[in-house]
Amino acid sequence: MATTISAVPFNGTKEQEQELIELIAAHKGQKGALMPILQGAQGIYGYLPIEVQKLVAQHLGVPLEEIYGVSTFYSQFTLNPKGKYKVSVCLGTACYVKGSGDVFAKLSECLGIEGGACTTDGKFSLEACRCIGACGLAPVMTVNDDVYGRLVADDIPGILAKYAE
Amino acid sequence: MEMVNIEINGMPLSVPAGSTILEAARMHGIEIPTLCFLKEINEIGACRICVVEVVGMRNLVAACVYPVAEGMEILTNSKRVFASRKTNLELILSTHNRSCLSCVRSGNCELQKLCKDFRIYDETLYDGEKPASDYDDSAVHMVRDNSKCVLCRRCAAACAKWQDVAIIGPNGRGFNTHIGTAFNQNLSDVACVSCGQCIVVCPTGALAEKDNTKDVWRALGDPTKHVIVQTAPSIRVTLGEAFGMHIGTNVEGKMVAALRRLGFDGVYDTDFAADMTIVEEANELVERIKNGGKLPMITSCSPGWVKYCEHYYPEFTENLSTCKSPQQMFGALAKTWYAEKTGIDPKDIFVVGIMPCTAKKFETKREDESASGYPDVDVALTTRELARMIERAGMYLPKLPDEEFDAPLGTSTGAGVIFGATGGVMEAALRTAKEWITGENGEAVAFGEVRGTQGIKEATYKIGDLELNVCVASGLKNAKKVLESVKSGEKSYHFIEIMGCPGGCVNGGGQPVQPTAVRNFIDLKARRAAALYENDESKAIRKSHENPVVKEVYETYLGSYGSHKAHEILHTSYKKRNRF
Repeated sequence: MATTISAVPFNGTKEQEQELIELIAAHKGQKGALMPILQGAQGIYGYLPIEVQKLVAQHLGVPLEEIYGVSTFYSQFTLNPKGKYKVSVCLGTACYVKGSGDVFAKLSECLGIEGGACTTDGKFSLEACRCIGACGLAPVMTVNDDVYGRLVADDIPGILAKYAE
Repeated sequence: MEMVNIEINGMPLSVPAGSTILEAARMHGIEIPTLCFLKEINEIGACRICVVEVVGMRNLVAACVYPVAEGMEILTNSKRVFASRKTNLELILSTHNRSCLSCVRSGNCELQKLCKDFRIYDETLYDGEKPASDYDDSAVHMVRDNSKCVLCRRCAAACAKWQDVAIIGPNGRGFNTHIGTAFNQNLSDVACVSCGQCIVVCPTGALAEKDNTKDVWRALGDPTKHVIVQTAPSIRVTLGEAFGMHIGTNVEGKMVAALRRLGFDGVYDTDFAADMTIVEEANELVERIKNGGKLPMITSCSPGWVKYCEHYYPEFTENLSTCKSPQQMFGALAKTWYAEKTGIDPKDIFVVGIMPCTAKKFETKREDESASGYPDVDVALTTRELARMIERAGMYLPKLPDEEFDAPLGTSTGAGVIFGATGGVMEAALRTAKEWITGENGEAVAFGEVRGTQGIKEATYKIGDLELNVCVASGLKNAKKVLESVKSGEKSYHFIEIMGCPGGCVNGGGQPVQPTAVRNFIDLKARRAAALYENDESKAIRKSHENPVVKEVYETYLGSYGSHKAHEILHTSYKKRNRF
């Protein structure tokens, strides 16, 4: 199994680190401190990369593996940052039967990332979502606030090109 | 003791209140099968193999965690119980890599035994999608194969609760749950101490030592090599278990015979090097006390402990004795003093260590462990690997004659043999230190305070004018407690013995695997250690400095204890490693 360390370079700031350390100090010694700390850490950084989890391990005195276990158990936590453009494909029932699986696979191929990951330049992140209430346009995907419907896999390169700058 | 009356399978029984159904049944000779249950550290009732029927209750209960109550009627062998256990096994098998024929644990796999006992006739019954699994052979000492993992979490419990390391644990959720390291890093890239405690508690072949037997077979078949073997103190009291002998049987003579028949050119004893370690280390301790050196001095025989110290307490690396471990001292002397004495070129000497330990594999690859310019030890095998070699060579250990170690590197004392149990190194060192300091020459004195299987033992001995505060810890969770108490200034010791595995080498990560049906109810470390102390009692010489070969090595080769030459050959160095 490949490592899940994010390929996107970490660029946390000193201020963020300070904020996290204060947050840990505020919860240290409490029973069940890890959950609120991880929620807070994700609030500060937007995700929980190894650099952030190491800080938590170090300052809270909890093994890194235990923190990683918790962060991969709850789907609310993410190990990867969101890209500048957040690509989200509906894999809900209606979209799925209309072929959104192929659209998702094409995106994964074009961007070179798995679902849940972010391209190394920080530009695109890819994720699957459930129904966004636009079943009439199935299959549907969104790029930030832009909605694209009635997609086929071949539409994907053209759509991505629009965001290439 | 307060007792309650219960009925198991129609038999009226009186059992202690508060015991679990599993314990109560066991007391009366009724076995309930378990899989995930590991006493004290993994009592999670997760695998549902131990389910039993309690009359009047709607659901089956997990016997490993469910307490007995007055008047309880329990059925451990009902049709419903059998059906449930069988279905659970079939579901476990649906994601299991069933390459049993080639599996290292074939024959002593707990899952295999359960499947046999419950007559699983179609292991493919629920075959379907399998979760992604990883195969990690990056580490020097072991291999992880998640395709054979049953998610019992026994390894994770051993790693976190005995060793306080928690380098592997459950990650992900639901169908994708898997045991692994943080961020799925390679085991070689994380702060694993290589102790192997995860391996000895694994019910299946998901965790195993890295097999190095082929390297040994190759050397044995190479006529240009002078292949010699050394056996660590504890191997003689555990090897028999791999051949169905009673726990705590000393098979030293048969082990020697087996090694000779495997074709080794010299069958030697790490106990000899343990005696060397004692005199060199006792000398180092006296020097440190006299010259204001770094105290407390901490033993360095256990490579799992040493690696732990380097990763987790790098501030204590200067406290580690610079003496190499007995395994490495043996190799260093074999390729220098012994090479010179026998006229064999050290490049042609191939040294094999039979060790109770997976971390010994890592130790052979450490820097600053090549006194002759060649690695001190070429290959370290675990007790389990030796047992496999003996089996493959068609030998049945219990039927072999008793033979004796070869001279000169097979000559040892009772002090050397007790190295295999927690407190043994301390006691051996004290026997020698006492005589050196007081000048008395008497019977070997037992230092009872440092014996026994407790995790932490302390004592103060008055030796001459010196009040010596000593501490003995085994298992890394206990080591951590001791180090923290030294760090905070709460405790002050001169000398600390630390062994990485709970109970010391007799319970090492390279020892024969005992199923939990045995492990949960029998104190392996106490039984095995008792055999070592018995062996010590029977020895004519019981003090390391009286070992005639140790004397010869110093008189004819090294000069004096702690000499420049002794430092070049018998001492090593440590480095600070990262925790993450």
